[in-house]
Amino acid sequence: MRKFSAFAIAREAFRHQSGWEKQWQNPEPKASYDVIIIGGGGHGLATAYYLAKEHGITNIAVLEKGWLGGGNTGRNTTIIRSNYLYDESAGIYNHAVKLWENLSQDLNYNVMFSQRGVMMLAHNVHDVQVLKRHIHANRLNGVDNEWLTPEQAKEFCPPLNIAKSARYPVVGAALQRRGGTARHDAVAWGYARKANDMGVDIIQNCEVTGINRGINGEVTGVNTSRGTINAKKVGVVAAGHTSVLMEMAGVRMPLESYPLQALVSEPVKPCFPCVVMSNTVHAYISQSDKGELVIGAGTDQYTSYSQTGGLHIVNHTLDAICEMFPMFGRMKMLRSWGGIVDVTPDRSPILAKTPVKGLYVNCGWGTGGFKATPGSGNVFAHTIARDEPHKINAGFTLERFKTGRLIDEAAAAAVAH
Amino acid sequence: MLLINCPYCEEERPELEFRGSGEAHIARPSNLAEISDDDFEKFFFIKDNEKGIVFERWRHIHGCGRFFNSARHSVSDKFIMTYKAGIAKPKLSKAQIDAVKPPAKGTPANEPVWTIDPMAEEGKK
Repeated sequence: MRKFSAFAIAREAFRHQSGWEKQWQNPEPKASYDVIIIGGGGHGLATAYYLAKEHGITNIAVLEKGWLGGGNTGRNTTIIRSNYLYDESAGIYNHAVKLWENLSQDLNYNVMFSQRGVMMLAHNVHDVQVLKRHIHANRLNGVDNEWLTPEQAKEFCPPLNIAKSARYPVVGAALQRRGGTARHDAVAWGYARKANDMGVDIIQNCEVTGINRGINGEVTGVNTSRGTINAKKVGVVAAGHTSVLMEMAGVRMPLESYPLQALVSEPVKPCFPCVVMSNTVHAYISQSDKGELVIGAGTDQYTSYSQTGGLHIVNHTLDAICEMFPMFGRMKMLRSWGGIVDVTPDRSPILAKTPVKGLYVNCGWGTGGFKATPGSGNVFAHTIARDEPHKINAGFTLERFKTGRLIDEAAAAAVAH
Repeated sequence: MLLINCPYCEEERPELEFRGSGEAHIARPSNLAEISDDDFEKFFFIKDNEKGIVFERWRHIHGCGRFFNSARHSVSDKFIMTYKAGIAKPKLSKAQIDAVKPPAKGTPANEPVWTIDPMAEEGKK
């Protein structure tokens, strides 16, 4: 694979852009692989990449039901932050942020990672207590997070309405300066390109219909819409469809799949410098480099696999956005869509071995998996290659729902997720 | 937004009046303190999360305030039925399930499936 560089752009300018290569191949599946990854989204492709790069396993197939990054990787609001309360969460999300910081160089692919800052607003005494608790916990874990007064918040994000007359006035904010956004499609494409370059087969339009097991219960491979493929190790990285896939291996999961919606406005000139979140009024907004406002709405209250959701959920978020940023009151919204997120009881992911030998699962990222993509792939690759978890994901087991050692970010966030 | 038929009010009302309350027909063990960690996990954390027919609880919180159950397809989001709490999990017929199945592959999942062509009806008038 030829490197992307300024010289390459100059070279191609003189060659009528004729020298650009296909970024990844479209191979027929082989009869067997060392490792099969089910799910060609960011997390799955990252897993394949780190397996090849750090563990020397390149005989890998990534099986994707649709097209690369067409699930939640292409549907999220691209926010990256690591200001989680518990040690385990701070560990894995901060591991991801550190990898994000060098990802474009590492992949030789511009993922447009921009550390523009993530600001979480407080609207009442409860919010202030929760956010300050997070700030203190984060600092102890080496995660940057600081407290801002309403005036400082307004200085950091000028469109913010801090008037006392607002329905839910802003009384303060927590700011993580190292947080920001990245280009979601580029993350999938960058990982796919580099993984493919190292020998990973990326097989699209290949739906897994069964997980095969041997005499002793160990995994022997998968049945797919393109035939049977054998492997001794299978990693399930299928987000909203994890329950369906794990059922094929006889493992029942502590997961529920909900539709989560997002929407974008018409593109406008740069007007919004950072990411702003408010859990209390449920608003979640940033501006993409293309100029669209990217807005995250909530989940519906019922489980569904429909990749759509109720309009009242979107409406609710827009109410809050208009109140906090009056200048967006007449902005036109262009598109809204839904993705299916797999939610665990404690709102922390599961990155672990399973009771089935050779079967590994990376799921339960719920409403916030994109930010963890590199970190998740990195430690999941370690878990598959060594058949034991990395110390960063050691706590994110499937057994924690039996032992009670939950990583309860649901309670920590103190809002409905 | 879903339209939900409350079996107590006997009326179809918008989803905003209801609170979804998760999977239905989960029997709470009467000897909770004595059951094993395995059994507790199964009762409390493990979910069916079916891609297909789901049985779930609803509460008509901005109406009669009562809990009831429903059977719904989790891909088309269409209800087969709602029924009062305490009634055993109904056995669904193939016809009932087929009626709420999502459109076949290749058609947008949420496009309304017209049983009568509205354009043709318009022409008749």
